[in-house]
Order: sequence, then structure tokens, then C-alpha cells
Amino acid sequence: MSTLLTVTDVSKFYGPTQVLTGISLKVEPGHVLCLLGDNGAGKSTLIKILSGVTPPTSGTVEVNGTPVTFESPKDAGAHGIATVHQYGGTFPLMSIGRSFFVGAEPLKRWGPLQRFDKKTANAIAVREVRSLGITRVTDGSRLVGGLSGGERQALAIARAVYFGANVLILDEPTSALGVKEAAHVLRIIMQVRQKGVAVVFVTHNVTHAMTVGDHFAVLIHGALAADFRKGERSREEITDLMAGGETMAELEAEIAAYQDQHDGHTPPPQ
Amino acid sequence: MSTHSTPAGPARGPKGQPTITTAAPARDAAAAEALAPQAAAAPWLGNAIRRPEAGALIGTISVFVFFMIFGGAKFISAGGIASWVNVASELGIIALPVGLLMIAGELDLSVGSVLAASSITLAIVSGHYNAPLALGIVAALAVGLAAGLINGIVATRTKVPSFIVTLGMNFALAGLTLGLSVILAGSTSVSVNPDPVSKHIFGALVAGKFEIAIFWWIAELAVVAWLLHQSRYGNWIFAIGGDSDSARATGIRTDRVKIALFMGSGLGAALVGVIETCLYNGAQVSNGQSFVFNSIIAVVVGGVLLTGGYGSVIGVLLGTLTFAIVNQGIYYTGFDSDWASLILGVLLLAAVLLNNTFRKLATSNAPGTRKKARA
Repeated sequence: MSTLLTVTDVSKFYGPTQVLTGISLKVEPGHVLCLLGDNGAGKSTLIKILSGVTPPTSGTVEVNGTPVTFESPKDAGAHGIATVHQYGGTFPLMSIGRSFFVGAEPLKRWGPLQRFDKKTANAIAVREVRSLGITRVTDGSRLVGGLSGGERQALAIARAVYFGANVLILDEPTSALGVKEAAHVLRIIMQVRQKGVAVVFVTHNVTHAMTVGDHFAVLIHGALAADFRKGERSREEITDLMAGGETMAELEAEIAAYQDQHDGHTPPPQ
Repeated sequence: MSTHSTPAGPARGPKGQPTITTAAPARDAAAAEALAPQAAAAPWLGNAIRRPEAGALIGTISVFVFFMIFGGAKFISAGGIASWVNVASELGIIALPVGLLMIAGELDLSVGSVLAASSITLAIVSGHYNAPLALGIVAALAVGLAAGLINGIVATRTKVPSFIVTLGMNFALAGLTLGLSVILAGSTSVSVNPDPVSKHIFGALVAGKFEIAIFWWIAELAVVAWLLHQSRYGNWIFAIGGDSDSARATGIRTDRVKIALFMGSGLGAALVGVIETCLYNGAQVSNGQSFVFNSIIAVVVGGVLLTGGYGSVIGVLLGTLTFAIVNQGIYYTGFDSDWASLILGVLLLAAVLLNNTFRKLATSNAPGTRKKARA
């Protein structure tokens, strides 16, 4: 299968601080790449590079085999790369139809003027969101603020897919959601994957990642600590990797040692 | 009452906007037809209270009924109506663009000094130096646009809140107007005799009572209603006020839109400056400061969210009428006119509380919602 997005030896410095070191990744159509890592591991910086917010200091990004330099998120969008952020990037006080078409409004001639065709906008927005299984949405003139967190993610994902995203970057889409809502978003990720879209799923929830991921990349301190396919590692191994492995084991040993010396009491809060 | 049926005027779009072509495929027209009946089946009342102007309508009706009862027949006589519609028209010409700006998430506190500066400019150019009035009017409107341009550029480039930028502009421009007026004309009050045509266009009284400004207001209402509710620029304005960063990420030139909106409110203030100068045959440097807060009161009472992203033209219209009715209605009652400010203050608070309630209803209209409406 051809590679949609290829990242080769990408590094990023902010001043003298190196936040990414020699990252190489491949994103394939119809696959879910899970980008795992603790807070501060460099996930956000890597997404910013992929979505055109900031350029890499060195290394190349290729779309369909052609090296590209993104000028802006809009430019990345023109190359078929769309990013959906944790809170959906939607506008809570706008209607579903208006929000769906911000910056790309369907127009209709009205005498000498161009009118924003809200009827079409509402209908398309509702149809696209419903196609992702959000059946509670029936009226595109309702405000986005009336949707739940998961429904808003669905709206943002539907929008990205509708406007031709080949690569969908989902930045922590499940971390602000409850268990049921998160499950729904995971189901939507699978639906999008079936449409042949490449998904980059950024998360620190190993369970969510293992549910939908085909391919996993773990970032630690800005470097690629592990890069493996589904089934090649166990849940425990991944969790250990993410938490820096040793750190977690050290903490457990420390607590165990303390308990041995203090009749089984845990350390007091400091 | 729907803003969607407003007659069209020429779209006063932000200048030099990029043309974004729509990506909607042809198959979508069919989808629009298929789903429309479902949307139309929603209950009428439920939709009405979800509109931004729901609270404003209650406010306008309440104060109207209140002053009809306590003001008696004189309040709704031709003279009575003229007194508050005249106040509403001048305020409305400024409140509409200030409302657009507030929906885009920005404030303009400089309208008072812009009004004074433009009206003094007209009086000095055409009164003191005896240039043709048309030239004075062009200069006056240019002063308004220039002040808006500076407000817009400073606010968007420096990221200093527009509250501070335009407050600074209000003081700086007041000082500049006073200083230059004294240097050039030797006075803080300059008179001018408008030619009959200009007088008719800007400063006439229709039927001896109604200011010609009412027609300017109506024309502006049509233009702004089209712009906000029918054109794509309106969608950009809502998006910018809702989340400027997300709006920029979709390709909207947010800075340009904001600068254009600042210029719009400068132009509105300058137009009222021209109207007042032609109406009263002269200008004073101290004119206009009452418009700074009155325009904000009108806009906020009209259901526009102070922090942006939510509002309507009908709401601003109702907020403006509410303000004018209270401001003038008090003279038709037996009460001392000092009480008008008390009523306005209480009304402002009540209107915002009511608007918050209606906005919460609008964003929590479905079962199982979790998102809280922003206060």
C-alpha cells in the first residue's frame, strides 16, 4: 500500500532546546497510527509540524512522495491534512450548519449579490454528522453548544472528511470525554479508517490506542522510543514505555521499600 | 420577526478579502431538499426563544408598555414618537457597527471622540475655511475611517485588548480635536451653514419632527443585516468572535476582517458627526461622548455577547429602541428625569441576565448535553 505521509528524520529546536530528535514515520491510507507519549514527550510539536503550524528545524515531510513545506494550517489542509483538536475546534455559539462551513460557505446568487446558502449548509452538515452515527442531530440550525463533547468531535471529524482530508490528525480526541462518549469517538475513528482515510490518533490512553490502532509510535523526550505494529507489544509493555518504564518501576520499588521499614504504611504526603 | 427577510443593500464587505470558493458538490442540493422538512417541523415558540434577540424583544415591549402607561397619550403622539425615534436613529447608526465589532470579539470605546473629531473637521473645512460642504463631509468621513483603521491595525498587530486601544484613541483624539480646533479656528465651537442640498440629505427634519437620520439608520440596518445574516462575511464575523484561532485556521484573514469592522464603526460615528453638524449648523469639541457607553448598552441589551460570537441585527435594533424609549420616555411621565439613568442601569443588568438565560436555553436544547454556555 502506498504511503500518504512520510516524515523523515525530523528534528525541531525551540531556541537552544531540542524538542524533537530525528523522527521518522509513515502514515498509510486506511490505517490508524497511534502517537503515544507522556505529557511533554513532543507529541504536540510533531502535530504542529504535520498540520502546518510550525516548520521542522531539519528533516523532510512528504505527501504522496513529494516533499512539502506547509506555510499554514490552511496550506496543510490543501494537501489533504486536517487536524481536529481536543475540544473540536468548533464554535459553540454558532449553528451546526454555519460552523461546518466556516471559511468555505456555500453561496447562492441573489440578484447581484452572493448569499450564504444556509439551507444547503445545514442539510449537508446534518447529513455528514449523521453518516458518522450521530443520529440525535436532526436540525442544522441548532447551536453547536447543544452537542455533547463526543458529538462535537464527530462534527469536526465529519467536517474534515467532507472537505477532502486524506490524513486526519486527531489530537487527544477522547481525553476530555466520558467512557461511553470516548467509545463512540473510537467507533467513528474506525468508520473514517474504513473510508480509506489515514488517521493519526494522538493519545496517552493505551486502552483507546490498542482498540483502534494498526501501528504505534511511542515518543519519549522528543525521540521515537518504539515503532511497532498491532500485536507486537503487550499493553503492559506500552504503558511502561510511555511512563518511561524505569520511572514507574523505580517508584514502585521506593514505595515497597518504605512499606517494609514502616510496618506496611505508605509514605505520608509531603 | 426574522432578520432573514431583510431587503438587500449593497454588501459593505471587508475590503480585499480573499475569495474562498465553496467545495460543496452538486449532490448537496438534493440533501438540502430532503432534510428541510425535518428542520421546519420544530415548534415555533421553541425556535423563537433560542434566538439572540429573544430577551431584547421582551425588554423593548416592557419599557414601551411601561411608558405608554405612565407617559400617556403624549408618549405615543407623533411628537412623542419622534423624540425617541430621533434618539434611536443617531444611536442606532453607531450601535450597528459597534455591534458587529462586538460579535467579532472587539470593543470600540472611541466612537465619542471620532464623532466629535469628524464633526469639527466638517465645521472647520466648510465653515471656518468656507470650502464646499461636500469636501468637508468627505474629510469628516475620512477622519472616521482613519481612526478606525488605526484602531484596527494597533489592536490586531499589538494584541493589546481593543478595550485599551480604543479607550486610548478616545482620549488621544479628544485632545487632538480640542487642540487643533483652538489652533485652527480659535474656538472649541465652530459654526457652519450647510448648503440646501446637504442640509436636506443630512440635517433635515421630516414633517418638522423626524430627523433625516432615521432614513440613514434604516438603510444601514438593511446593509448590516445582509452583511451579518446573509453574506459569508457574517459567518466569518461570528467565527472570529467565537474562536479567532480556529477561524484563522480555516483560512479566514481575521485581522483584515477586524480592521474593516473597526473602520465600519469609525464610519458610523463620523456619519452621526456629519448629521449632527448639518442639523445644528455647527460643531462642538465636547459632542458625542455619551455615545461611547450608550452604544455598548444598546448592543448588550440587544443580546450581543460582550465577549463575542453571538448576536443579531434585530437584537441591536431592539436594544437601541429600548435605550431610546427609556431615555426619552421619562420626560412624558410625572417622574423626575434623573430616574432615567436608574432605570437604564437596572435594565442593563436585567437584560444581560435574561440574555444569559436564553443563551443557555439555546445551547442546552437537547437531552444529554454536557457543554455549559459561556457567561
